[in-house]
Amino acid sequence: MSPAAAGRTVRPVSIASFAQAQNVRRDDVHNEVEGLLPVIEEVFSTIGITKDDVDFICSGSTDYLIGGPFSFVMALDAVGVWPPRAESHVEMDGAWALYEAWVLLQEGKADAALVYSFGRSSLGDLGEILTLQLDPYYLAPLGPDIVSLSALQARALIDAGKASEADFAAIASRSRRDALGNPKAQVRQDVAVEVLLADDYVVSPLRRHALPPITDGAAAIVLAAGDKATRWSERPVWITGIDHRSETHSLGARDLTTSPSTASAAAMAGLGAGPVDLAEIHAPFAHQEIILKEALGLDDAVAVNPSGGALAANPLMSAGLIRIGEAANRIASGGADRAVAHATSGPCLQQNLVCVLEGA
Amino acid sequence: MTDQPSAGSGEPIGPVTMLATPIRLDFDFTPGVAQSRFLRGLERGTFLGQRCPTCHKVYVPSRGTCPTDGVATTEDVELAGTGTVTTYCVVNVPFAGQSIEIPYIAAQVLLDGANLSFMGLIQEIPADEVRMGMRVEAVWVAPDELTPSLASVRYFRPNGEPDADYDTYKEYL
Repeated sequence: MSPAAAGRTVRPVSIASFAQAQNVRRDDVHNEVEGLLPVIEEVFSTIGITKDDVDFICSGSTDYLIGGPFSFVMALDAVGVWPPRAESHVEMDGAWALYEAWVLLQEGKADAALVYSFGRSSLGDLGEILTLQLDPYYLAPLGPDIVSLSALQARALIDAGKASEADFAAIASRSRRDALGNPKAQVRQDVAVEVLLADDYVVSPLRRHALPPITDGAAAIVLAAGDKATRWSERPVWITGIDHRSETHSLGARDLTTSPSTASAAAMAGLGAGPVDLAEIHAPFAHQEIILKEALGLDDAVAVNPSGGALAANPLMSAGLIRIGEAANRIASGGADRAVAHATSGPCLQQNLVCVLEGA
Repeated sequence: MTDQPSAGSGEPIGPVTMLATPIRLDFDFTPGVAQSRFLRGLERGTFLGQRCPTCHKVYVPSRGTCPTDGVATTEDVELAGTGTVTTYCVVNVPFAGQSIEIPYIAAQVLLDGANLSFMGLIQEIPADEVRMGMRVEAVWVAPDELTPSLASVRYFRPNGEPDADYDTYKEYL
């Protein structure tokens, strides 16, 4: 076990199990609980445990997607919390729920935790919903939608000489092609860069391929420490460092072409202590991968998003947690030894989480 | 906002002291497999519940899982339209959009065969005669007015049976 950065030593915690729903444009058949139930069942059954084997539950979701209050309470019906369980929730991507559970395991207050997230992006108008995450006094009343804000970021990146529209198309092409190997992905296609570049702009300089798909989905992870970690995994995947940072909500006060919060989180998580074989980066818009690769200090030798990433499936509230699960699965199967997973939340990469994973 | 001079009115514009930003979001609703079956049951004039395969409790309506055991509820259970008032309140306060006369009774009704009580109106009895343990039956709208909605149930009314023993519903209060 390598010590984490900043002089911190951490209690070894493993990603013992990961499951995700089939990512689809719209699930008209199931409600949130019915969509989540098979994911919870799978994350337990894969390692032969039940809900009685975990002593903490933490979820990530937002009521703004379903348009109803306390949807995270209803979602507990997919777990069955009787007798009463220690349980918590974050109004964030499930990656932040994983962080909360990891902290509890650090404190020794639990030895295993269920983390899950769910969200159906198809029920409302994301352009309107995501605008409400902005500063409510100066920005939200102007009504800038997430695509327009991301286009401003992409334009700034081009103006800074750091990227071109062809780079965005190349990232989208690679992501869709890699997704052919991921049966759970939504956008799976072998399509050439030139074909993608022939698309019309959605908001210049972003074409359709540089935008994430709208996705309904759910995901779950079991964290384990101590005996449970070694008992539940042949080759435990350890979290050697995890950290998250946030930038100001004022977009005008940020340099949108960089991600200092990602760089800070990576440093605190000890990413620089050694090389990584692969990175699962949560970049909902194609150009954001360029910004994040730079912030994480990744060179071109590192495989980025072999799962296809968020351009192939972007279930809101789950896409970050899925990055951690996908990276862990690659290590567990022997496809990598050390990996970095990243999750983002908020407009234009405002909040970022970095998780460093190592095989035993 | 209304008492502030607007641009072009010729009056100087003072500092902004208030900003109204109306928000409206529209969502589609997907009831899911289990609730869709419940709603289709209402359309046929029946209450359709589902049984948990582990604890055998019957939920009406079911959201597709047993909230105690966290397993799928797959066995449909058709319930009689009779039940027991477990608790109730007398509504004396008028509110916007109200469609029935006050006072009226909103009650939790434990349908026979169910393990989850159900909100319904109690009518055809003076408000001061409604009581816990009272036996009731559902009154449905006319067959050609049935829809996949709780509006298909007009209300519950006394069915003439003797009151239920407290022990039969005390777990559902």
